[in-house]
Amino acid sequence: MADFFRKLFKKEQPAPSQPPFVDSVTTQPLSEQQISAIMSGSVPRYEMKQLIASAGQSVGKQRDHNEDSLLAITSTISGSGESIPFGLYIVADGMGGHQFGEVASNAAVRIIAGHILKKFHSFLYNLPTQILQEPLQEVMEESIRDAHRYVQREAPGSGTTVTAALVLGQQVTIAHVGDSRAYALYTDGRIDTITRDHSLVKRLEELGHLSKDEAVNFPHRNVLIRALGQGESLEADIFTIPFPSPGYLLICSDGLWGVVNDQEVYRAVSEAPNLPGACQTLIEAANIAGGPDNISVIIAQMIG
Amino acid sequence: MGSVYRARDLHFPNVVKLVAVKEMINMAPDPLVRQTIVQNFEREANLLATLNHPSIPRIYDYLSLENRSYLILEFIHGKDLETVIQDSNGFIPEDQVISWAVQLCDVLSYLHGHKPDPIIFRDMKPSNVMINHNGDVVLVDFGIAKAFQVGQKGTMIGTEGYSPPEQYRGEANQFADIYSLGATLHHTLTRRDPRMEPPFSFAERPIRRINSNVSTELETVINTALQYNPSERFPNITAMKDALIGVARKTGMLSKITSALPTGAGSIKPLWSFKCEDEIRSTPILYQGSLFIGCYDNNLYSLNAADGQFQWKYAAEGGIVTRPALYDNNIYFGSEDKRLHVISARTGKVVWTYYTEGKVRSSPRVAEGHVFFGSDDNDLHAVNVNSGRAVWKFATDAPVHSTPLVVNELVYVGSESGAFYAIDFRGTLKWRFMAKRAITSSPALKGQSIFFGALDSMLYCVDMKNGWAIWKYRLGKGSVSSPAVSDDYVFIGAADGFIYCVDINTSKEIWRFKTDNQVSSSPAIYKDSLYCGSVDGYLYCLEYRTGRLRWKFESKGAITGSPLVFDDIVYIGSTDHHVYALFA
Repeated sequence: MADFFRKLFKKEQPAPSQPPFVDSVTTQPLSEQQISAIMSGSVPRYEMKQLIASAGQSVGKQRDHNEDSLLAITSTISGSGESIPFGLYIVADGMGGHQFGEVASNAAVRIIAGHILKKFHSFLYNLPTQILQEPLQEVMEESIRDAHRYVQREAPGSGTTVTAALVLGQQVTIAHVGDSRAYALYTDGRIDTITRDHSLVKRLEELGHLSKDEAVNFPHRNVLIRALGQGESLEADIFTIPFPSPGYLLICSDGLWGVVNDQEVYRAVSEAPNLPGACQTLIEAANIAGGPDNISVIIAQMIG
Repeated sequence: MGSVYRARDLHFPNVVKLVAVKEMINMAPDPLVRQTIVQNFEREANLLATLNHPSIPRIYDYLSLENRSYLILEFIHGKDLETVIQDSNGFIPEDQVISWAVQLCDVLSYLHGHKPDPIIFRDMKPSNVMINHNGDVVLVDFGIAKAFQVGQKGTMIGTEGYSPPEQYRGEANQFADIYSLGATLHHTLTRRDPRMEPPFSFAERPIRRINSNVSTELETVINTALQYNPSERFPNITAMKDALIGVARKTGMLSKITSALPTGAGSIKPLWSFKCEDEIRSTPILYQGSLFIGCYDNNLYSLNAADGQFQWKYAAEGGIVTRPALYDNNIYFGSEDKRLHVISARTGKVVWTYYTEGKVRSSPRVAEGHVFFGSDDNDLHAVNVNSGRAVWKFATDAPVHSTPLVVNELVYVGSESGAFYAIDFRGTLKWRFMAKRAITSSPALKGQSIFFGALDSMLYCVDMKNGWAIWKYRLGKGSVSSPAVSDDYVFIGAADGFIYCVDINTSKEIWRFKTDNQVSSSPAIYKDSLYCGSVDGYLYCLEYRTGRLRWKFESKGAITGSPLVFDDIVYIGSTDHHVYALFA
């Protein structure tokens, strides 16, 4: 675009030595808020698209142990020609008595990440001899299936939510079970919940049996209808969408979204100086709101 | 929480009289709540004691001791239905299930007809249905234990699975029991435990797809009972019983099954038709009121789009299967005479021709002052539109039949070797993707993904930037059809005779529509309809979101070309030598 205008106005371009009418025009000064908004909105320009990410966790104020697990890996696959941003981000929220919850979430994160990274091993850490034959969605599906079988076998009775995002280039492939969430936050203020909760309350809402308001006060809000480790066969939601750009990909457990509303999340992310700061602010906000559950959050951004 | 004990009644020392003792533990911490629970329990026990029905166990006594309450009731010799399902090999026969279902309707009807207030069972499920030693059903567990369950805290897993949606809002009436009975029968016939499935998802597991022995009539009865909306279920349990008896008799009482018949074939009359001298396997284009279409009689025809009047024809020296491209008042098309022809759209006079070393079956694409097309000489050709000279040729390892897609300064094209290429404007390879067999299909784009079919029976979705496969969807057979994209759906035909609709984000099938022969034609989307031809001779018009048939038009030969839709008119060529114009 800039190039285009430059081309278009090439002849009229004033010489930089003579800036015209600098002080003769009065303009409305920008407020502090506008300035900071502009500052925070202006991400550094890079020649290539690059992926950055940050994560944060807290046990919350009312639980004595952490049943959430998370993983965030950010890298670049250097190829002939151009480099492809690569990112793997997983949040899992375990449940089930006898501390099996953390076993489930932990195992799920390790097995899913292990399975996916094995497929990408030669692209990230070695010299690939041939291209990856399997479609990304199948890689995700298998990793979920592996984790599901493991949790069923090793931590029976427990289960875990999993929201895993694999970023490759400008697209993100998501595998999702349960009620952790992935959001797309766009810099123009749009907030999209990318994932659909596998919860009873959501199901009833979708079927039109609960209104939005009834859903908020529904007594069984915490009942999941699908969880990794539960049921004989598990069908995860798997889909691929463009990486939110300009904007952020945010993944979190219900310890965050259950107590901090979307607008607050958006404000915290857009006003923070950087991604680690944004994660910190969100965790503080959840704890100030009572911190009833473990809190996990990952934020990723495509810059350049 | 509680247990059921098998106990012996010692009031009768000389005989063995067995009774069931149901123990319920009162775990409420608050004394007032605890007292309320006990009172509710005793009230219900009194109510049950007044019931008299062969399918309801008799209540002998009840008592409360400290934090426990006991109900002493008739002992049922037998197994509960859940165990019966688990222990059976294969499916339980339909007539057996119907006979139990009718008995269950009887007992529910007795309860619903209770005076002064109807009794709603609320908890119909296989584990609450006993099959006694006579093979008759007995309802157990009258929800009394419910009051004793203290709400669980924290994130829980699972749900009842048999309860209707409205019951979660605290509404329980006779319709809830009808739904739960439907759920119980669904479980019994399919052996699929609804507690293992998402709630209210019975419709996603049609009974007959799992157990084809079940009659459509019985499936319909159960589907009616399982409607989300209570008003769409049976109006009362008696009506359900009648329907079941109807099924048993197979008298066709269930004639209300509605089948929405589409508009019959034959009633569609073409607006006009035009006869050529040989088969038409290509796709028309429209420009300034004229329709241009290539034919196997070696001619490219120009017809008046309004009435089908012949305007002119241009003779090539080989058949024309390519779809013409338009640029700057000229028409570009390839022919099996190995040439790319460029002629004036107005007069049909030749502007220039370009020779390749093989037949040209790939349709040309004009972009950025160049025309791109493939040839059976294995090359992708980039030719300057002004000079008619080749700018570069990109060598593949097989004939190129696929039509190139040009976007963001990259040319995407498949080849008969199964390779799919992304080539930049200098003619150098950007990336390559390999399918297992030929890619004749032409790529379509949506967002950052490219879609194409292949003869290896796959519909592929790859990242346009780097060629990584995002998903692949298995078709019944190979495909030479080119995908069309609309909303979040991709549509494609395949040699198994189906037209498929697949979600582009999740790669899940949305619907498929069966034609009676191969679908080589490529779907076209216009407004909310999809148009596609089939080798069975028909042009189909489907509602693209549901795959429902709107109408079909019969030609006298296979349709392998693709429709063009413009201004509410569909144009299609057929191997019966005709071009047809139809109202969309």
